[in-house]
Amino acid sequence: MPKVLIPTPLRQYAGKNDTVELAGATVGEVLRALTDQFGDLRGHLYTDEGKLRSFVNVYLNDEDIRYLQKDATAVSDGDTISIVPSIAGGAPAVEAPPQPATLSKEEILRYSRHLIMPEVGMEGQLKLKNAKVLLIGAGGLGAPLGMYLAAAGIGRIGIVDFDVVDYTNLQRQVIHGTSDVGRKKLDSAADTMREINPYVTIDKHDTALSSENALDILKDYDFIVDGTDNFPTRYLVNDACVLLHKANVYGSIFRFEGQATVFAYEGGPCYRCLYPEPPPPGLVPSCAEGGVLGILPGVIGLIQATETVKLILGTGEPLVGHLLLYDALAMRFRELKLRKNPECPVCGDHPTVTKLIDYQEFCGIPRHEPPPQPGLKEWEIDPVEVKAKLDRGEPIYILDVREPHEYQICSIPGSHLLPLGDLPRRVNELNSADEIIAHCRSGVRSAKAVDFLRQAGFKKVKNMVGGILAWSDKVDPRVPKY
Amino acid sequence: MRIRLRFFASLRERLGRTEEVREVPTGATVATVWELLKRERPELAVLERSLAFAVAQEYVDKTHPLQDNDELAFIPPVSGGGHD
Repeated sequence: MPKVLIPTPLRQYAGKNDTVELAGATVGEVLRALTDQFGDLRGHLYTDEGKLRSFVNVYLNDEDIRYLQKDATAVSDGDTISIVPSIAGGAPAVEAPPQPATLSKEEILRYSRHLIMPEVGMEGQLKLKNAKVLLIGAGGLGAPLGMYLAAAGIGRIGIVDFDVVDYTNLQRQVIHGTSDVGRKKLDSAADTMREINPYVTIDKHDTALSSENALDILKDYDFIVDGTDNFPTRYLVNDACVLLHKANVYGSIFRFEGQATVFAYEGGPCYRCLYPEPPPPGLVPSCAEGGVLGILPGVIGLIQATETVKLILGTGEPLVGHLLLYDALAMRFRELKLRKNPECPVCGDHPTVTKLIDYQEFCGIPRHEPPPQPGLKEWEIDPVEVKAKLDRGEPIYILDVREPHEYQICSIPGSHLLPLGDLPRRVNELNSADEIIAHCRSGVRSAKAVDFLRQAGFKKVKNMVGGILAWSDKVDPRVPKY
Repeated sequence: MRIRLRFFASLRERLGRTEEVREVPTGATVATVWELLKRERPELAVLERSLAFAVAQEYVDKTHPLQDNDELAFIPPVSGGGHD
């Protein structure tokens, strides 16, 4: 059933509830059910003519219903309706609320385990409530960050993401559930966070962070937490943080290893002090290419969350000037001392980067992908044609150049496994008289294999374009995709 | 002198090992060892411009002189956020 959040001043008329779940197909129906249940509320929400009072704003999730279909706006299970009385009458309440000077009774109970520690206490909890934190990315790192920072009572959390939840995310992005597949990560993450803590204001930035919008988005937050998945955005976030004098709580992950630190904090080193130049494109695999242990972003994301909370509280020793390296296989943490580089182009003594640049270009990535060549090259073959050859009984030799652990996930019947890395050593196992069709997962490795074999004098060798993923799409949907 | 080398992330993948101990001539620097590695595995050269080095848990540049029993770590950048 949809949920209605009751603001503190109105709770006395709603049985002291902060949330009430009510049935209804539209916002109007739900609110009617609410005022039926708590008659005292009616006069506070509606005029005698039954119209919403002008100083009461109603939001469905993050949207003001005045900009939707007003009372007739449809609601579904899991939606949250917020009643937001505004002080000056009718002003949209999306702007930052005034800094709360105190915690409500409900909040005091909620944060009890924080409040009884002198390191946090009432003062610290109010610092958390007044804090504004921006998460770049609602993926692997963003998931634990969003959940725990919401639970901790950070007053305002912004999230930048434009992606949609898919099945391969669920192994690690625990802020999203199976029923969220296909939804925007922003919506899914915000719902989970609101369920954990309805006292948190969530700003959804449904966009890719760019040199054009970064400063404008980042400037409203106290701390920036970087959970992105690509180098251009890493450098963009770093430079924007340095330019805006904001701490960059950094984390990144690869297979079984993670890194975390706080960059650009009060004159400390920045990402460019550590890595002045990005690696050439394609050299360092992403999680999609290299894989990642699903639990790993939990560990690294929570280190980032811990550092964020410490920075807000001003307690403990921040992870500044140290890069923390975590190796899950060895279960070992190492720390590497970082030094500020006086020659750093962005935070050094004589910076040459004084505004945001083109980070795609900086990382050597062409801004616009060249258009795909129409049709197949002579050494390429479509999976449908491969299937037709098999059906016609043609004696083709299907060469699978993936790794053995991938072959175990799925394979094409009758194919021969010979991993790309072993090909030079084992090429003599292949017969150049055979018609060889190479494939891998997506077609990239097998293109290298075909290139290698053609140079080695194989004439009848072709690359199955799109790999076994395309085979699953076009030929045999029973073959699982991974 | 004996130096313990540690490899991280994509470098670990490429070399297929996490560490090794090797003898290097007295007076060797970080650059000396890196050049040795590159000579053995020329394909590592592409990593060079974006590689960080640490000796005794401290980030150093390539001219840093090594001492007997030093630990030299090679740390390539890691982009992943578990997003894609």
